[in-house]
Amino acid sequence: MTNHWVDIKNADLVLVMGGNAAEAHPCGFKWVIEAKKDRKAKLVVVDPRFTRSAAVSDYYAPIRSGSDIAFLGGVINYLLTNDKIHHDYVKAYTNASFLIDEGYKFEDGFFSGYNPEKRSYAKDTWKYQTDKDGYAKVDPTLQDPRCAFQLMKQHYSRYTPELVSKVTGTPKDAFLKVCEHIAETAAPNKTMTICYALGWTQHSVGSQNIRTMAMIQLLLGNMGMAGGGINALRGHANVQGITDMCLYSEVLPGYLAAPTDADKNWAEFVDKRTPKTLRPNQMNYGQNFSKWATSLMKAWYGAAATDKNDYAYDWLPKKDAAYDVLAIFERMHQGKMNGFLCQGFNPLASVSNKKKVGDAMAKLKYLVVIDPLATDTSEFWKPHGEFNEADPAKIQTEVFRLPANLFAEESGSFTNSGRVIQWHWKAADGPGESKGDIEIMAGLFLKLKEMYAKDGGKLPEPILNLTWPHRIAAKPSPEELLMEISGKALGEVLDPKDKTKVLAKPGEQLAGFAQLRDDGSTACGNWIYGGCWSQAGNLTARRDNSDPSGLGQTLNWGYAWPANRRILYNRASCDVSGKPWDPKRAVIKWSGTAWGGNDVPDMRPDAAPDENVMPFIMTAEGVARLFAPALAEGPFPEHYEPFETPLDRNPFHPNNPKAVSNPAARVYKGDMEVFGKAKDFPYVATTYRLVEHFHFWTKHARINAVLQPEQFVEIGEELAKEKGIANGDKVKVRSNRGFIKAVAVVTKRIKALDVDGKKVHTVGIPLHWGFKGVAKPGYITNTLTPFVGDANSQTPEFKAFLVNIEKA
Amino acid sequence: MQVTRRQFFKVCGAGLSGSSIALMGFSPAPALAEVRSFKLARATETRNMCPYCSVSCGVLIYTTGDKSKNAKADIIHIEGDPDNPVNRGTLCPKGAGLLDMVKSPNRLKWPEVREPGSSEWKRISWDDAISRIATHMKKDRDANLVEKNAEGVTVNRWNTTGFLASSAAGNEAGYLTVKILRGLGAVALDTQARI
Ligand code: SF4
Repeated sequence: MTNHWVDIKNADLVLVMGGNAAEAHPCGFKWVIEAKKDRKAKLVVVDPRFTRSAAVSDYYAPIRSGSDIAFLGGVINYLLTNDKIHHDYVKAYTNASFLIDEGYKFEDGFFSGYNPEKRSYAKDTWKYQTDKDGYAKVDPTLQDPRCAFQLMKQHYSRYTPELVSKVTGTPKDAFLKVCEHIAETAAPNKTMTICYALGWTQHSVGSQNIRTMAMIQLLLGNMGMAGGGINALRGHANVQGITDMCLYSEVLPGYLAAPTDADKNWAEFVDKRTPKTLRPNQMNYGQNFSKWATSLMKAWYGAAATDKNDYAYDWLPKKDAAYDVLAIFERMHQGKMNGFLCQGFNPLASVSNKKKVGDAMAKLKYLVVIDPLATDTSEFWKPHGEFNEADPAKIQTEVFRLPANLFAEESGSFTNSGRVIQWHWKAADGPGESKGDIEIMAGLFLKLKEMYAKDGGKLPEPILNLTWPHRIAAKPSPEELLMEISGKALGEVLDPKDKTKVLAKPGEQLAGFAQLRDDGSTACGNWIYGGCWSQAGNLTARRDNSDPSGLGQTLNWGYAWPANRRILYNRASCDVSGKPWDPKRAVIKWSGTAWGGNDVPDMRPDAAPDENVMPFIMTAEGVARLFAPALAEGPFPEHYEPFETPLDRNPFHPNNPKAVSNPAARVYKGDMEVFGKAKDFPYVATTYRLVEHFHFWTKHARINAVLQPEQFVEIGEELAKEKGIANGDKVKVRSNRGFIKAVAVVTKRIKALDVDGKKVHTVGIPLHWGFKGVAKPGYITNTLTPFVGDANSQTPEFKAFLVNIEKA
Repeated sequence: MQVTRRQFFKVCGAGLSGSSIALMGFSPAPALAEVRSFKLARATETRNMCPYCSVSCGVLIYTTGDKSKNAKADIIHIEGDPDNPVNRGTLCPKGAGLLDMVKSPNRLKWPEVREPGSSEWKRISWDDAISRIATHMKKDRDANLVEKNAEGVTVNRWNTTGFLASSAAGNEAGYLTVKILRGLGAVALDTQARI
């Protein structure tokens, strides 16, 4: 979230799309109700189902799953043709005025630079025109036909209400009604917040779904405002924190792009990741990369990382290929992996195409499951009737299962969706011999270290030199670890403006990431968490819930990264001269000498407005991007059909069969072949959560199992009638990869939609069952889902695929 | 006088005996409806967080015992933390059922192994489990860590053992995990966050 849970109460309009917060995030959704009650805010819900969020909305519009970009692109077109944008904001704070390379174009579904063999783009025309100093050229009048604003206008001019309705199935008048609601927030003192979740991310165009919305929020001037922003309602309690710690292959803690084979040494590694400033006077905060990276290497390798040895750069593994979860299972399926450890993760249930995942694990030498619960994954080898067919005698994988603790059994911090890091305290020991994840990982590591010290082996140095400054080696404490994450001085840290002033003495905790240095004098495990444990102590444990501004900022409750800032880009909540767009909801303002107010300013505190330092300090241009070259499938989001589409074409590009689905998405050999076709699988399926259950955990908890004991699917009355299915019948739902059986719930909540001249039905599939648990055993939903992901994030396409349904 | 349930606990906990409640201005009827309060008032209260969705509702966990060394704490009740600015004491049906998650009969209690081809679990000790897993890992790493790529560039990557990390673990466990894995040379790592 760029904003935070309580801030939702400051909105004038809440759009819920790509999520169902009332059901999946109930206690956060309370703030939507608060906005409705206290501010007379409106709630608009766009969803394939009339969800529990829709049930309390002011306006609901149905949409076909997988057509969100068509809808949102249509909103952009509406805002531009009806002149419902926040002009001053767009002009000053976005790259609308930036001139784009003459070679950039979009034709028949492809952007310039497409390579169909590689299914990817060369991006050499997706860039700004630059002047002799390397700065981007701009046209502040926004009239130049090559400026981003005009190109965007042209791009979305195709998204007419008629075509939008034809593709999304949303009736035209319903679409226009939603547009009207959204357009009202173009007024400088009105804001819309968007609450989305996995209903946007779990698509082969997931990242672009979100980008389209971000463009809308920029056009309306809603970014940086109280009650505005782009708000991802994330899944697990600490999914934000684990993402920040970067337990994935592309990045190191704090989103530092991980080294690859192309980065031959430290200088190259740092240089390529240090952006050149693209407009005069901008902060371009990414320039500090070397400080973050050096401090990370000092945290990991201490005295063994020096300027003489490139801060132990050789020891960092270099990435040569994709290693996202789909790629990992693909490699495993090809027999290229020997071992696999799952920590609190149940991939047999949570990854697409269960059969492929199970077959892949059967090729391993060893599998280690670290979990509080007896997960389905840990028994992939064991027959569980029709729910899991397996022959243990044929599976040679050695499987270990290690009991881990739950939240109540350990202290530590979680980071919520609003980036607020909060400390929690241990209440009791876990059952039996269970241990915390920290102790389990420490045990494995210390054993390996002992073996490498004793017997040698390949490249023992990074193992033997990894810092381990723990009072009890086998039991590092969460307090020690959070202090390491936050950062400390190794040498004296001096004030760059006045070298006689010592900001931090050796051994002291640093006050924040501004004190990090690239000369080896600081260590910090994750720069964005810098300062969360300062000399003042553990700031994540603060519990002062006072809220003097009344905006719900609670600056002394826990610690929000970065720098305890609660609303990102908050400089954009003021006009160019530093006055709040809406004085009633002022987040910060310019006092004449400094920025300050009800939040930690997202701006150099003394940057006077006439210095023209723009609010988006993390971009090299200082402004937000309407035209964004970073994404894989194009600088402007374009509608592509899901890989399994009920249509035989992309109505936006009816004559280009290669532009039906995301041209830049990665599809593995063998997976393309098992995409189902509409003639065999005519119905759109989508998966989702229920309020009574959490993923695949709560099927192990008795009360939840009592509340929702048995697997079911939802279908509309019309489809039920066509198929002769009555409420309560047992049905079989098939995709091209397998089937599940479940009870049919026939409902008014899902209606057929008219799409591109066809009637399209949706089958709704709650995802919580499996063969382990105290609920009634059920089928794993991901038996059905396709093995393809978003072209940028590789998040699997769980939300739009094809099935057939019949009475079982 | 408006007295919230929490204030009521505090007053009760301050040493008044049950029979004095009427003296505080409560009618005995609502006081008697608060039977459970007596048990909780004697319990230890610990602040924690719901581990399910990312609203991260604050919870209060009540355990028997007073945290003294030889008293084994047992969790008897979990409810919303009224001080938490986000949930202000509320919990959804998931969070309200947390006690049953903690007490699930499917909690793992000791390390186990299923040996190749076998159809059952076998209980093993932690020492045994850790040594056997570390032996597997070392053997694989020693055999497959790539020190240099075809161009002779030092790459030091180990991509034949993969790791999937939890989004339910704390920041500290996550950080230690990534530090260890990168130290070992792992590149095949991913997290639930992607999904
Ligand atoms: S109680 Fe419900 S809303 Fe709150 S964190 Fe838990 S699952 Fe989320």
